Amino acid sequence: MMMSAQAYGDKGKMKEYHYTGPVEHKFSPYAFNGGTVLAVAGEDFALVASDTRLSEGYSIHSRDSPKCYKLTDTTVIGCSGFHGDCLTLTKIIEARLKMYKHSNNKNMTSGAIAAMLSTILYGRRFFPYYVYNIIGGLDEEGRGAVYSFDPVGSYQRDTYKAGGSASAMLQPLLDNQIGFKNMENVEQVPLSLEKAVQLVKDVFISAAERDVYTGDALKICIITKEGVREEIVPLRKD
Amino acid sequence: MALLDVCGISDWVKEDTFSSQKASVDRVNHFNFAALEPELAVPIGVDPAEFLKPFTDCEDGVEGVTIKLKHGTTTLAFKFQHGVMVAVDSRASAGSYVDTQLFKKVIEINPYLLGTMSGSAADCVYWERLLAKECRIYKLRNKERISVSAASKLLANMVANYRGMGLSMGTMICGWDKKGPGLYYVDDNGLRLSGNMFSTGSGNSYAYGVMDSGYRYDLTVPEAYDLAQRAIFHATHRDAYSGGTVNMYHMQETGWIKVSQEDVGELYHRFAAEKK
Repeated sequence: MMMSAQAYGDKGKMKEYHYTGPVEHKFSPYAFNGGTVLAVAGEDFALVASDTRLSEGYSIHSRDSPKCYKLTDTTVIGCSGFHGDCLTLTKIIEARLKMYKHSNNKNMTSGAIAAMLSTILYGRRFFPYYVYNIIGGLDEEGRGAVYSFDPVGSYQRDTYKAGGSASAMLQPLLDNQIGFKNMENVEQVPLSLEKAVQLVKDVFISAAERDVYTGDALKICIITKEGVREEIVPLRKD
Repeated sequence: MALLDVCGISDWVKEDTFSSQKASVDRVNHFNFAALEPELAVPIGVDPAEFLKPFTDCEDGVEGVTIKLKHGTTTLAFKFQHGVMVAVDSRASAGSYVDTQLFKKVIEINPYLLGTMSGSAADCVYWERLLAKECRIYKLRNKERISVSAASKLLANMVANYRGMGLSMGTMICGWDKKGPGLYYVDDNGLRLSGNMFSTGSGNSYAYGVMDSGYRYDLTVPEAYDLAQRAIFHATHRDAYSGGTVNMYHMQETGWIKVSQEDVGELYHRFAAEKK
């Protein structure tokens, strides 16, 4: 049921530090559950990694709530933001995948899933899914592909992308190490699978140090033509 | 199915697959919502623009929830004797975070139609993709390409239905049809203007300054490329929300060609060297 929420009035006022009387708390349809997601595309592989911490405010709800969801043998999606919307969104995507399989007798390609997700998200333009999505997978030619989204469906194909609470910390590091940005006279070596996995582990270890919402464990989904393989690495639990 | 759609047969034949129930207040169809027809969901009982404001506009949002949507840009297009020049930057920002420096802000609707994007990225991508679908259906039904005037009118009418609900879209539809080169500006209020020169986005005033000082109808092709590139470059230099690379397209009688994609950092050094 679409929740009807009262319009909030008077934003931007400084919080008052003395008790003035009864305080009204309005219902917010969203919550922020934290978590970071990362995806990297290589020549013939793709990686989707996420931490497994689920938090709200100052509490941790769960240390084992991964944010990567396997969609097909060649596509994995990472969703961070509001966990309720992540669950509903992945349920809807899985249902639509089945519908497509039944009417077209083939599995959806990662590009098609990305285009479909864009329209699903935009269908809620006026009451968005509070989810930052990143899809990682293999395209029809077997090359790695990463698609990153904003909450209302704008998307682009990328080589690498970080999303979620620690995205602003991770993205510049990826720009430098994978995109070779802001460096001069460097040899641009294509990324191998082993190097990419090691880089992702290092990058999440750094994120867990500095972002309170990221930590506990790291789950990496490695997508190659053999299928999807998972690796779990422990992170800081504090 | 797409073929049924084009023939218009669904008016007579009862849909038996995914029977689209009308969206009702009591029963929301999550799974096949918008699967067949494009549909948009609206929260009940609230003004959609006001409802989202606390989450998108305020710094801290509501209890830590900030929904930052991708925004900001500079785009320009002008007509000259050899067709239409289109130039855009490629930065997409979400709040104060630069989400990407390589965003494609020109949509290639068909080989004779281009659409630019400024404002909210999702709005532009969605509505221009819908426009591409309508143009294709027009071509299949009428066996000839849609005119630029009709295409821009379709887009303007589509978004006019959502006027006041918080869409943010400023786009230029450029093409070449039977009447020659065409350039229209369409925005989220349903405004549609035909003209010779437009620039949209947060950096448009900087681009206008440079374009106006160098524009003549009888520019040669290399001069027009240079003018368009400089205008976007100067806008990215001064506008915080524009940057990345300058993407240029040239709309000719035989269709559009992609002229170049250059990083503004390199352009800066090139222009600085020229000054000496």
